[in-house]
Amino acid sequence: MTRLDPLMTIRDHFLETIHVHRPDLSKATAIELAAEALRSMGIPRSRLNHYPHEFSGGMRQRIMIAMAVVLKPKLLVADEPTTALDVIVEAQILDILRDLKRAYGMSLILITHNLGIVAEVCDRTIVMYAGKFAELGSVNDVFNTPIHPYTQGLLASTIHLETKELRSIDGLPPSLLSPPSGCRFHPRCTYAKEVCATDEPAMVEYRPGHFAACHFGRDFL
Amino acid sequence: MTDVPILEVADLKVHFPIKTSAIQAMGQKVLHRLQGSRAAVLDDRLLHPRVHAVDGVSFQVGPAEILGLVGESGCGKTTTGRSVLRLLEPTDGKIVFEGEDITHRKEDALRPFRRRMQIVFQDPHAALNPGMTIGQAIMDALLLHETHDLAKAKDATLRVMDEVGLTPAEDLFSKYPVDLSGGQKQRAVLARAIILRPSLLVADEPVAMLDMSIRARILELLLQLRNRYGIAYLFITHDLATAKFVCDRIAIMYLGRIVEMGPTEAIFRDPKHPYTRALLAAIPIPQPGLVRERTLPHGEVPDAIFPPAGCRFHPRCPVALPTCGWEGHDFVEYLDQRRLHPKQAAADEAAIGEAEGWRSDLFEVRRRVHGQDPAAVASYVRSILPQATEAMVKAVVSVEVVEDEVVMRFRNPDPLLPKNVEGRLVECLLY
Repeated sequence: MTRLDPLMTIRDHFLETIHVHRPDLSKATAIELAAEALRSMGIPRSRLNHYPHEFSGGMRQRIMIAMAVVLKPKLLVADEPTTALDVIVEAQILDILRDLKRAYGMSLILITHNLGIVAEVCDRTIVMYAGKFAELGSVNDVFNTPIHPYTQGLLASTIHLETKELRSIDGLPPSLLSPPSGCRFHPRCTYAKEVCATDEPAMVEYRPGHFAACHFGRDFL
Repeated sequence: MTDVPILEVADLKVHFPIKTSAIQAMGQKVLHRLQGSRAAVLDDRLLHPRVHAVDGVSFQVGPAEILGLVGESGCGKTTTGRSVLRLLEPTDGKIVFEGEDITHRKEDALRPFRRRMQIVFQDPHAALNPGMTIGQAIMDALLLHETHDLAKAKDATLRVMDEVGLTPAEDLFSKYPVDLSGGQKQRAVLARAIILRPSLLVADEPVAMLDMSIRARILELLLQLRNRYGIAYLFITHDLATAKFVCDRIAIMYLGRIVEMGPTEAIFRDPKHPYTRALLAAIPIPQPGLVRERTLPHGEVPDAIFPPAGCRFHPRCPVALPTCGWEGHDFVEYLDQRRLHPKQAAADEAAIGEAEGWRSDLFEVRRRVHGQDPAAVASYVRSILPQATEAMVKAVVSVEVVEDEVVMRFRNPDPLLPKNVEGRLVECLLY
């Protein structure tokens, strides 16, 4: 949302991006590409000459996405792409990301704290805790049969429309200046044993394609 | 409700004037002369623009009741919460707290009420003075309103810290906010708010800034405190799932109005207002493989300086009727939408010029025609109209040529009043 330079028009943003990567393209071609990318996001080309402040939050995010995909990348990294947006606009942006993935055969790394978004958009997911991977697998496996106690706790403490009872994970996220020894989750883990405080668990494949870094992963299968 | 409500709000309006210079005002007048000379008076909305943050909301909060104010950012929920405590001055309407009209009370006359109404803000990091210890911050309210006996105040403070889970209280009493985690800070803010035993607590997004894994604990604490002390909450949130869990009743706000209000269970089971439906359908559900049929409203929340006529949701509503308040501005938006299709854009521009040339004035939209046949422009407008939203098309009364201008007129909207629909209030013409 604040990534656009307030002193540059949308057109200049696009021209800069396109010129850096494709200096061979003429200005006219670049503008055509920009207009087409904007159009696919529902923004008419007449708005190319506008400045960022003339757009709403959702439109600015769509412009950012248009700029990211204007050169048809193979991979798009979207870091909390909807966190600053309201829920209806969020749903609109997620629809756009899904469509792009399909239309361009583009891969997507989606960074988010919202489990609902993961379930709706992603194929596979990695759950991270204090700088380490805790679990990796298909969205189905991780949501339906989580292995790592942190994943279990996270899923249980998420408040969603079907929540019947509130749960939370004991303790607080650790300081990364002096992360806990062994398994970084062990101070908050209800299943922790001695080995968890001393040895760092490796990522183990418990099911085909479903990994978890927990000494006792087998107990949770 | 048989008890006297803790809080009664009637037709509350809070408008924020936008500062305009004399030159800007003069500019508007000149522009008015040049462009819309036929509209008799210059619209006051242009000359004195105001943000209509809250534009006529009415509700009650009963003793120990939790009423949720739910809506997207900019819908006026925070402004409502602050003005019922008179932290913001209401523009119009009435606020009755524990049976006393406090709408226009002077600050010193308001003081005795202050202890009975408290607020918890969204950001606990900003709500505590970094130069005061936690104990001082909590005790301050007590010293201000209740007692001068330091020992007694400290005792009470330690007790309330225990209650909100700030333990060991003795230790934390002399700690500074910087030593506490986000969750602990929010507990301290809560302790400060409840130490005077208020009857009303405005909780403005109390868990939005906290880590997901500890939100539940703060919500549980809020519920416990309500049960123990019978505090009523005005619970402000954008998160419907949290609201569903915590609130007894919910009021859904959109652009300064309450569009639906009723028991939480009823609203979630069977939402009536199209906006409530849209909100519920848009929430991502953490359940993979769930296929949901949904039609999202297009566009975004409009500008609160010029809120749409009639029902404010009508331009985005998937089930809008011709009577919902279609106006000139909607036609300009429609022209803008057409520009997404390059061929249409070119044809439109050749035949009727740029969309910016149209000047909308509530239920009229007009364009002065230069060097073209106005009749031809009018007939082109008539020809592209049928592809617009059906409800809007049906709301058009006429497209005529008046001297050198093409004028499109819309019907007046039907009056929109909150109606009782299956145990809740809904402000929608469908009912």
